Amino acid sequence: MATEIRGGRSRRLSKHALLIVCGVVMLYPLLWMVSSSAKPTETIFRDPSIWPTELDLSNYVDGWTALEYPFHHYLINSAVIAILAVAGNLISCSLAAYAFARLEFRGRKIFFAMMLATLMLPVHVLIVPQYVLFAQLDWINTNLPLVVPKFLAHDAFFIFLMVQFIRGLPKELDEAARIDGCGHIRIYWRIVMPLSIPALATSAVFTFIWTWNDFFSQLIFLTDPELWTMPVALRSFMDGQGETAWGQLFAMSIVGLAPIFGFFLAGQRYLTQGIATTGFR
Amino acid sequence: MSKRLDTAGATVAPPPPGPVPPTEDPPRRRLLARRGGPPQDRIGYLFLTPWFIGMAAFTIGPILRSLYLSFTEYTLLKPPEWLGLDNYREMLDDPRLHKSLLVTFLYVFVSVPIQLVLALGLALLLNRGVRGLAFYRSVYYLPSLLAGSVSIAILWRQIFGQEGLVNQLLAFFGVEGVSWVAHPDFALGTLVLLNAWTFGAPMVIFLAGLRQIPVSYYEAAQVDGAGTVRRFFHITLPMLTPIIFFNVVLQMIGAFQSFTQAFVISGGRGGPSDATLLYTLYLYERGFGSFDMGYASAMAWILLALIAALTGLNFLFAKRWVFYGN
Repeated sequence: MATEIRGGRSRRLSKHALLIVCGVVMLYPLLWMVSSSAKPTETIFRDPSIWPTELDLSNYVDGWTALEYPFHHYLINSAVIAILAVAGNLISCSLAAYAFARLEFRGRKIFFAMMLATLMLPVHVLIVPQYVLFAQLDWINTNLPLVVPKFLAHDAFFIFLMVQFIRGLPKELDEAARIDGCGHIRIYWRIVMPLSIPALATSAVFTFIWTWNDFFSQLIFLTDPELWTMPVALRSFMDGQGETAWGQLFAMSIVGLAPIFGFFLAGQRYLTQGIATTGFR
Repeated sequence: MSKRLDTAGATVAPPPPGPVPPTEDPPRRRLLARRGGPPQDRIGYLFLTPWFIGMAAFTIGPILRSLYLSFTEYTLLKPPEWLGLDNYREMLDDPRLHKSLLVTFLYVFVSVPIQLVLALGLALLLNRGVRGLAFYRSVYYLPSLLAGSVSIAILWRQIFGQEGLVNQLLAFFGVEGVSWVAHPDFALGTLVLLNAWTFGAPMVIFLAGLRQIPVSYYEAAQVDGAGTVRRFFHITLPMLTPIIFFNVVLQMIGAFQSFTQAFVISGGRGGPSDATLLYTLYLYERGFGSFDMGYASAMAWILLALIAALTGLNFLFAKRWVFYGN
């Protein structure tokens, strides 16, 4: 834009300098954690630099087995829940989104408004009665409270995201299919879903990351150490070993963050599009 | 409300590959549907079946149940016992509840403005065709993805501990720091910083909004001799108010629900001396620490009422400062 053309070389450079300084300040804690995980615990308290003097991976080896179960046990528990959550959200939310975006039925507007209202509903309002319900169903200390709601379109956010996307698809395609005698189930499956792959990818990446990071509901519904997920295990690691094992704690924290970082690198395009489309984080 | 939210979502939409047009169907289709009766009822409800079941079982049912439970004493062991308004009355003189409200309000009203000012500032810096935009955007956005995790809470607890990174850096300047997470005056501040660190998500939304402002407005203003400052206050800011409003509402609702970070950093107790006892932490303590489900339900309803009231106020005040075009 105009300013960029007018702004001289020095102005551009100073802008980049500012942007880089901001970036370094923001990422410094993360980089420092990575480097500290490869330092012996004593030096973590003396060395604010992010260049490790020696590479020592013993924190990873010792931290892996420091809890009741080896760390991959918790990682697998987390992964099972996250993968099921992704499957559930993709199926149930896309069905609801198709109905809201493409079908005319009585009560559509009211249901849509209800769906939007649940976006604003804090989890904490629902968690107590949900706990009571799951306790009566004998679902506490199973994965069911964390997985079943995903198959029943409980994450309204993704319905909203997919509705916004499907409304942007040209209607001519499904109208042509209708003329050829296609029913809505086939239009949904054969036309709208394949075209919605960007929205589905965004939903999958976000569902995975949020479920992987989720702590509140996993803390409440999974109290048996055998079922603990990675975040619950990490937290118990911190409370148990406390300040004596920072190196190991950092090492396992990084292992816990690694999948998110991987998804971030692979799926950034979908992530930034997703928030820009819907306006949510 | 839903309509406004729709419009906001639509304005923010990035151009390709998912254009998001306004949400209404063309009138022709609606007319057809109305004239021939509603021909798609059955198939519509079929597609919505999972959502209907989920809505009834996990949303509406629990909301009604928690309303009922809020008038009872219930510890899961015995059937609920009717108390009338006792839980609500107890809340009136529960000092820890008052403290938790104070802590939560402080947290929300300090951290959200900081976060949004940073988000807007960096979005403006990035907006003017900076080279490497995608790279900077990713770097700033990354913390928003990670900040909710237990790993980052653990990191924060170390960074702001007695011998943490911050104090090591301060020592370079000869300043001796305290343990920030264990000091009643500073513990909440560390949580505010953590929330400010997540400015990347609203920044991405601002960037998308900035891109929607027609370049011709700036060109016209420049012809008229308006400088950078005037262009900002007379074009950018007014045109951006719907997005600012949208971010304010969402980030406030989000901040009210913060839990993990305060829980992990304070070891689950909201300490030191309740300085980080967010409302949600106290709710957890009453509901799942002492299984006081009746009281926790009453607390949940007050939280719902608070968030609804604040969102309502936001929308009310929005008329005064949000500019929705001509």
